[in-house]
Amino acid sequence: MNRFIRRHQGTLTPLLLLSPAILTMLFVVAIPLVFSFYTSLTPYRLTRPESIEIFVGFRNYVRLFGNDDFWAAFLRTILFLAIALNVEFILGLGIALLINKITWGQRTLRTIMMFPMMFSPILVGFQFKFIFNDNIGILNNALQSLGITDQAIPWLVDGKLAMFSIIFAEVWMSTSVFAILLLAGLFAMPRDPLEAAKVDGCNAWQTFRHITLPFIMPFAFIAMTIRSLDVARAYDIVAVMTDGGPAGRTELLWTMIARVGYENARMGQANAMAYISTILSIAFTYYFFTKLVAARRYMGGAE
Amino acid sequence: MNREMKKRLRAAGLWVTTFVLMVIMCVPGLWVVLSAFRPNREILAKPPIWVPEDLTLNNFGKIFGFGAEQVAIPVLSYFWNSMVIALTSTVIALIIGMAGGYAFARFRFRFKNAWFLGLMLFRAVPGIALSLPVFMLWSRLGLIDTQMGLIIVYVSLNVPFTIWLIDGFFRQIPMSLSEAAQVDGCTRWQAFWKIEFPLARSGIAAAGVFAFLTSWNEFALASQLTRSTDSKTLPVGLMDFTAQFTIDWAGMCAMAVIIIVPALILTFLVQKHLIAGLTFGGVKG
Repeated sequence: MNRFIRRHQGTLTPLLLLSPAILTMLFVVAIPLVFSFYTSLTPYRLTRPESIEIFVGFRNYVRLFGNDDFWAAFLRTILFLAIALNVEFILGLGIALLINKITWGQRTLRTIMMFPMMFSPILVGFQFKFIFNDNIGILNNALQSLGITDQAIPWLVDGKLAMFSIIFAEVWMSTSVFAILLLAGLFAMPRDPLEAAKVDGCNAWQTFRHITLPFIMPFAFIAMTIRSLDVARAYDIVAVMTDGGPAGRTELLWTMIARVGYENARMGQANAMAYISTILSIAFTYYFFTKLVAARRYMGGAE
Repeated sequence: MNREMKKRLRAAGLWVTTFVLMVIMCVPGLWVVLSAFRPNREILAKPPIWVPEDLTLNNFGKIFGFGAEQVAIPVLSYFWNSMVIALTSTVIALIIGMAGGYAFARFRFRFKNAWFLGLMLFRAVPGIALSLPVFMLWSRLGLIDTQMGLIIVYVSLNVPFTIWLIDGFFRQIPMSLSEAAQVDGCTRWQAFWKIEFPLARSGIAAAGVFAFLTSWNEFALASQLTRSTDSKTLPVGLMDFTAQFTIDWAGMCAMAVIIIVPALILTFLVQKHLIAGLTFGGVKG
């Protein structure tokens, strides 16, 4: 087998095979990103096409850093992601452990779990806009019919509740990514170490902490990496549920980009913001990907 | 006896928790589906009507333009656009992804990990952030509001992840199989199509479904790069139902069902291979 590889150590064939992929990414992502960076150094407005030729250096960035609304949206985005990802991980782990225990109907449960993952984010947003609607939503209707409250709770109208609602929708959509991958990890786990631990007198928590958890961590990193590849799909949810409202209380970096770029037509400023959000996403993916590679080494997977 | 009781209680607790979780997972979607078959009058009723009294197909008739109440939303052309764009971009992404995945699975070359990471990082660019420069460039190239414009974008969205999955599936196939075929006189090209491709076929299909659904579901880029029935896809069309202050809930639910059904069927068909692909490609490196 090694001889086979050695014979083909030349870099030419693989790069030839990869070239369509590389060209696509260059044309659709890399070149636009360069153009985006240039635009972020101009005061370009869609309404004044000639303004793309005026070079203003880093003025757009400086303005952003002095803008309280931007910082609010930036910090809100970080908070949103931190809460959503942690809740998704913990819930996903819980669900995986639960389903692993169940002996009957396991397959059906796993199939049901796949579905939220495959939903269009725009649909998830719409679905929860429908459910959280203060007037006709099933949630308020249920609460009122059960007599828990006689007021209509303004889920999407109150700033804090709206933030809760979009996080709920995000968690509903993405928890299954963690649950499914962690469950696959639990299925793949060898039985011997667990039995050995039992013989040695470990309690349930110790077994979980020192044997199960380290084994399924690589699966958690796969889930994190997959999630980090498109964290920004939360934009769709927020765009349809609140569109940043009420009064900017759920404004995330992504809805702000859309507003400044398309609604206000201030492309230069929007591109500066887009660049910051891109760097944020890439840093995030890079972090989890290196974690994944490290975990693979630990698992003894061959490179 | 006491121990028996404890065991039973624990089992019951397990079931109740699972049941509650499944309800939370299923009810939102089911409620939308149910509402798609109810008239707006019933959805808006106060006090709420819990047990549907009058299930109809009118909402579907309405959005397709049959029946008395006409709703001027060209769902058929949205559906057609979505199908054409998602299918074409999936096929192209699979071809590119197969070549790339094979390269990662079967060759050693310099900076292999860096190339792989680079591809993934390009995928991480947020759709809405990418839409700004693509919007500016596409309007210069005349690709705004064309199916081609979206197809090109979706191919690039799908290539990295397709490569990841397909790389994993090819790795599962022992290299000795195609070596043996080559010893028996096949060229590498023939060995690929006769041995490796058939073995990886189900995995490649799963990667295809994943790519199809990404294109089928995408909103951020499509909402900015499409304008009219020439290229608008279903997720963008869904927003047609929201006017400034009123929302046609029943119509929107019906359209939601149209978007969900293909996704559900496809997911159901390939779920097993999809899980295998995600975990194998990821863990064994």
